[in-house]
Amino acid sequence: MSESSKSSDQPELRAEALESLLIERGLLTAAAVDEVIERYNDRIGPMNGARVVARAWVDPAYRARLLADGTAAIAELGFGGAQTDKLVVVENTPGVHNLVVCTLCSCYPWAMLGLPPRWYKDPAYRSRAVREPRALLREFGLEVAIGKEIRVWDSSAEVRYLVLPEPPADSEGIDEATLADQVTREAMIGVAVL
Amino acid sequence: MDGIHDLGGKHGFGTPQVELNEPCFHARWEASVFAMVRAAGAAGAVRNTDQFRHAIERIDPIAYLTHGYYGRWLGGLETLLVEASVIEQEEIVARLQRLGGDPDLRVAARPALRPDAVDYVPSAEHSHRSIPTPPRFAMGTRVRTAAHPKSGHTRLPAYARGRCGIVTAVHGGWVYPDTNAHGLGEQPQYLYTIAFAGSELWGAQAESGTRVYLDLFEPYLEVA
Repeated sequence: MSESSKSSDQPELRAEALESLLIERGLLTAAAVDEVIERYNDRIGPMNGARVVARAWVDPAYRARLLADGTAAIAELGFGGAQTDKLVVVENTPGVHNLVVCTLCSCYPWAMLGLPPRWYKDPAYRSRAVREPRALLREFGLEVAIGKEIRVWDSSAEVRYLVLPEPPADSEGIDEATLADQVTREAMIGVAVL
Repeated sequence: MDGIHDLGGKHGFGTPQVELNEPCFHARWEASVFAMVRAAGAAGAVRNTDQFRHAIERIDPIAYLTHGYYGRWLGGLETLLVEASVIEQEEIVARLQRLGGDPDLRVAARPALRPDAVDYVPSAEHSHRSIPTPPRFAMGTRVRTAAHPKSGHTRLPAYARGRCGIVTAVHGGWVYPDTNAHGLGEQPQYLYTIAFAGSELWGAQAESGTRVYLDLFEPYLEVA
């Protein structure tokens, strides 16, 4: 067996070993693991952020409140908690594109977007987002016009960032729920536009 | 600390690999690690987020790059469980062998022989704290970041050391990760968002029209 295929098995078995020991000590239950899976599969995910974005698009007063105090504005829709002690919403405009990263670990607005995708936590994204965002975004299929400023938000403390994308071109008159379906996780991180 | 975790600006990691229709957890053990971290909190081994982040920074650097996100968490978790004497590493190895695992493979956890004593609970929920004195820097102030590295936990990335930027937000007082991670108290500090021009960070090679915003604690900063 090659070293690489062997080492890929290591965390999994070691986690199982630790899990069985913690269960024997009464510190963990299988139900607690099931609860984590259920919470992040069904209740907390990008659909939460999408609802906030769609509301901001259809309601200018809400949009203003969201940009002024993200934490208070998402609470209006019943969101808060994990990793949103202070949520700052940054707005894409014709002149500015925003991109969110955490170079030191993988900080991410869990309550709005759920748990981050693997690429967000991997070294390639974390190393390059701050140094060559234009080249990086090109690899995500997004060409940001050279005259457009790119603001990279490196989440180095407990503030969490969410990108408010520009609405799709033909969104006028479309209802809020339909708009929410069009908002992607990638657009709210800033590696895509709509 | 100048660890492998401090990835901003590093070369050589290639293109991000995007997985279509990626599941929330790729296997049950990943969710188990998540649940175990919470359990370790209840057991008193993980006392605060800063301590946990620092435990992840201290794991084996090769494992940091090869064991994936939940593998890194597992390494930090095992480190703190062993340091708090909730579990002995020998027990984990024995159980691993019983499950058919190879005890000679790379181990992520790096428990310290004399760990920091993080023996207090947070003084309040979350990390926001009020500070009676006013902040040192106002919006628009030009500041310079600390130039030198630090051996312990810190949230000033290496790529932004000794650089000048502008205060664009003052976020009030927050638990100071540099002390809290080590059991030296919450010692709340003012937190600022600082905007750095790409050229200030990367010189002539910076991409045009790019800016990096970092959230930095007052002790990292001085007036430029």
